[in-house]
Amino acid sequence: MPAVAETLDTVQAATEGGYKWGFSTDIEMEMAPKGLNEDIIRLISARKNEPQWLLDWRLAAYAVWLKMTEPEWAMLNHPPIDYQDLHYYAAPKKKAGPKSLDEVDPELLRTYEKLGIPLRERAILAGVEGADGAPADGDRPQVAMDAVFDSVSVATTFKSTLAKAGVIFCPISEAVQEHPELVRKYLGSVVPTNDNYFAALNSAVFTDGSFVYIPKGVRCPMELSTYFRINARNTGQFERTLIIAEEGSFVSYLEGCTAPQRDENQLHAAVVELVAFDDAQIKYSTVQNWYPGDSEGKGGIYNFVTKRGHCRGARSKISWTQVETGSAITWKYPSCVLQGDDSVGEFYSVALTNNYQQADTGTKMIHIGKRTKSTIVSKGISAGHSNNTYRGLVRIDRRADGARNFTQCDSLLIGDQCGAHTVPYIESRNPTAKLEHEATTSKIAEDQLFYCRQRGLSEEDAVGLIVNGFCKDVLKELPMEFAVEAQKLLAISLEGSVG
Amino acid sequence: MSIAPSGPLAALKAAADAYVADYQARKTTLPGDSHVRAESAALVAANGLPGPREEAWRYTPLRPFAEAQFKPTAKAEPSAALLARLPQVEATRLVFVDGRFHSELSGVPAGFRVTTGEPAYGTLARPAAEKLVALNTMLAEDGAAIHVPANTDAGTVLLASLATGAAVGFHPRHHIVLEPGAKLTLLDVTIGEGEYLNNPVLTFEVAAGATVTHLRTQDEGAGAFHLSTVYAEVAEGGTYDSFALILGAKLARMEVHARLAGPNAAAHLNAAQLLGASQHADFTTIVRHDAPNTASRQTVKNVLTGRSRGVFQGKIEVARIAQKTDGYQMNQALLLSANAEMDSKPQLEIYADDVKCSHGATVGALDADQLFYLRSRGVPEAEARAILVRAFLSEALDPISHEGARAAMEAAIAAWWAKGGTVQT
Amino acid sequence: MLQINGLKASIDGKSILNGIDLTVPQGEVHAIMGPNGSGKSTLSYVLSGREGYEVDGGTATFGGQDILAMEPEERAAAGLFLAFQYPVELPGVNNANFLRTALNAQRRARGEAELDAVQFLKLARAEAKRLSMPDDMLKRNVNVGFSGGEKKRNEVLQMALLRPKLAILDETDSGLDIDALKIVADGVNALRGPTFSALVITHYQRLLDHIVPDRVHILAQGRIVKSGGPELAHALEAGGYAAFVPEAA
Repeated sequence: MPAVAETLDTVQAATEGGYKWGFSTDIEMEMAPKGLNEDIIRLISARKNEPQWLLDWRLAAYAVWLKMTEPEWAMLNHPPIDYQDLHYYAAPKKKAGPKSLDEVDPELLRTYEKLGIPLRERAILAGVEGADGAPADGDRPQVAMDAVFDSVSVATTFKSTLAKAGVIFCPISEAVQEHPELVRKYLGSVVPTNDNYFAALNSAVFTDGSFVYIPKGVRCPMELSTYFRINARNTGQFERTLIIAEEGSFVSYLEGCTAPQRDENQLHAAVVELVAFDDAQIKYSTVQNWYPGDSEGKGGIYNFVTKRGHCRGARSKISWTQVETGSAITWKYPSCVLQGDDSVGEFYSVALTNNYQQADTGTKMIHIGKRTKSTIVSKGISAGHSNNTYRGLVRIDRRADGARNFTQCDSLLIGDQCGAHTVPYIESRNPTAKLEHEATTSKIAEDQLFYCRQRGLSEEDAVGLIVNGFCKDVLKELPMEFAVEAQKLLAISLEGSVG
Repeated sequence: MSIAPSGPLAALKAAADAYVADYQARKTTLPGDSHVRAESAALVAANGLPGPREEAWRYTPLRPFAEAQFKPTAKAEPSAALLARLPQVEATRLVFVDGRFHSELSGVPAGFRVTTGEPAYGTLARPAAEKLVALNTMLAEDGAAIHVPANTDAGTVLLASLATGAAVGFHPRHHIVLEPGAKLTLLDVTIGEGEYLNNPVLTFEVAAGATVTHLRTQDEGAGAFHLSTVYAEVAEGGTYDSFALILGAKLARMEVHARLAGPNAAAHLNAAQLLGASQHADFTTIVRHDAPNTASRQTVKNVLTGRSRGVFQGKIEVARIAQKTDGYQMNQALLLSANAEMDSKPQLEIYADDVKCSHGATVGALDADQLFYLRSRGVPEAEARAILVRAFLSEALDPISHEGARAAMEAAIAAWWAKGGTVQT
Repeated sequence: MLQINGLKASIDGKSILNGIDLTVPQGEVHAIMGPNGSGKSTLSYVLSGREGYEVDGGTATFGGQDILAMEPEERAAAGLFLAFQYPVELPGVNNANFLRTALNAQRRARGEAELDAVQFLKLARAEAKRLSMPDDMLKRNVNVGFSGGEKKRNEVLQMALLRPKLAILDETDSGLDIDALKIVADGVNALRGPTFSALVITHYQRLLDHIVPDRVHILAQGRIVKSGGPELAHALEAGGYAAFVPEAA
């Protein structure tokens, strides 16, 4: 019996108890009634005490959404989503927004502790709990955290430290109150409400998310992070993130996501908009670990996300790094519109699917400015009965003299019941542009496995090692602590299938 | 009279309706299997022509085709100039003029069978899936059925389509069967003058251990539409080995479906697209690996000048059973002018784990360092460019084993280059 | 043969050559030595006409002709040859065809009869043999899959076939072992005579042990800072560039 098959069998026997973020929190919630209509939108807007223009914006988006149909081009299969069978608003019951962490419901704090998310202002990061030889807290880089629990932000840390640097980091619902001129100017300016079905839906019903503003010339003094948690049953999460980096500024932003283990599928449809002006840089990292469903494909999050960055200024740079291990369905294409001359877009992605997970993910690089440059590195790993698709577009506009793109997209198959697919679109209208695209599909070679095992590694460890090696070009783009978490996550996600 | 419909969808609908009306008017006189024909007519009536929202047609809008008018064919004689463009090779000639078999210009096969006079439908085509194949099936009037018996080498057959530019539309339907161990080299030449529609369908049944070499030259009239579909089904140890030299039409689409149905079957789908002026050409391939140990190779080169638009779509599908598949695909494009455009969509769809599949794509201009190196050795710029373009094509051209065909193609490429491939706009 | 007066050149607005004065008489071999970044390669590219180099002033004549106004291939036909520091790979271009095309293009430009394939191959084989190059090097694609040494030998083979009046050897010694260095030097020395001049650009004195120059020039910060006989190269070897280029210490 070939070594891989043997491992598959062995590990298949082990159950899928691997999702350790699958607990739920028992907390008193305020829920909107199920269903979607204008009244629900008015209710959400009223709960958030929004100005009239934003309510109008939502209602316009809803009108657009009603006329649209769900996209069908992705290689994804799922039963029809009943948009009327969801709660569009769910928030932990509380008095007016907590003034400090001491006012946050202790049950929530415990939840985040359990998830390894530091809501106390100390320097520690998600997922590295128990890491051997970890340096003392004081030596760690500081990370400011915004925690979104179902529909609302429950806490944001380090706000005052950031304020001293002029950085605004707060829930977007708070930004609507405190910085309406900025929100109004940029909301929907990168992803218009009619961009696609899920973006229109999000625009109509988004409840919270993070808002970041980095003023001219400021290098954000710490990493910013948002942690998304879906907890309530039958609830959709629709968060909206907006990051604006003014001329010459820099910010590194991280997001993490988990959800309880539930039998039903839950909907998550987010929109993220990034704007970078002259010489500004935004580095956006994601570790997506929504509940993927069980080993039979029951339950799990449907993750339909629109992420787009707009390099408006010359020499601006937007870099997306994602490690996607969760969700039953992932539909997500973090993209860059490279408008400023000499602007740079990057997309580094690891997508791992196991059991019955389906991922259709990739990027779009739209080259408009001169000498714009993009790099795409995508690593897809399919195991179990899963299907994993890379879908990407590189478009070189007629004006984009001297534009460059390099794309490398590799797929690894583990087991013979899964699928790995590659769908790139390459469009060039400028003879001075240069595009290179390479894609490979392979499996873990028996001789690599044997070599590792001969050196004393278990087969599970060997597979983990090889998979991590396969993903190295992407993982090295993550901030260090996140990379540690991502590596562990890859190993855990492969559990119950191979190693 | 009602107001003419507008928009691409309406134009496509009107064109499909007109073709169906033509079928209805002439159906009692059209030769061959009227049942097969009627089924496809129902498909055309129901499904129409491929539209811009269909994924397989996203880069090739058929609106210009829908807006053109073509009459049914009539017996025609080719000009001497057109005849002179046929490759001078030793081969059994099967010549079609405006889609109709021309026996005086054709030869007599020895050792294998050829039937003409009605469409050779075969069984491989899928009119329900491919709308242009339904159109072909509905209106096909003629074609060659070539049958090569087991362990027979049929040598070289020159299958020529000459179009006189009489603004006619023709839908040739050829079926080629190779029995086990048979061999055939098919030089498939489609040339013409002026405006017309050539919508051929060719189906190849390649039995165990048989080899067909399909060498195509597509050099249609400046106002012509070439919309061809090929199906090849390859059994154990068989080979479908093809190369297409595409010099284009006004609008051209060559679609190839190759299915590797038996172990150790192989398919080569190489092509060179050389386009200029405002030509649009689309080379689309779907290779399906349906058995273990099958191999496919595709090298597709594009050289684009003027305002031309080149399209390549290549899909490799690997079924769960097709372990040890070896699939390779390379698509490269040279943009030699500011207004040329290349759209490329290489695609992998893989359901087996023990496979080696890869694709690559590059788009760019001639390499400035290479150009300078040649010029520094005394080679004038225009000649240096020609050398580099020819070198760029070599990876696709070199595997052509038929000397005569390759020489004819080299000459066609040189003529293309001399005629205006160097024009920079 | 080659006369350069006050030559100034820049790349992307950055001045590299700041007024070069240099004369290479017919039949002489001159060496140009200089530290990294002194403008050695720029000089060779400006003289051979590579794009991207802006001539900001001065003149360069070759056999009395203003070469700076000529296309690269016209300079080649006039007898100027550049042995590249990094020879370019030409996938899909057969080495023999390439050489014959180049040779015949130059012969045509000079009004000489072209060589047919048989004549050419005979000539090429003889030269290849003299340079200890295997025959199959002619059959392979230009520089594709060649080792560093093979690429440099291929440059010398081209030079031998094209018989230039002036050869510029741009750091031809870099990356060569001693055997390959000797072959390259022998190739150059074999061409030496009253109608052959060479400009040998090098960082090290080593090559000049094998190709003994008539004159040595030291290039620093885009200018010739010192000229002398072959002994200058030895002095440089002993004292380093610092003695001649105080700022470069």
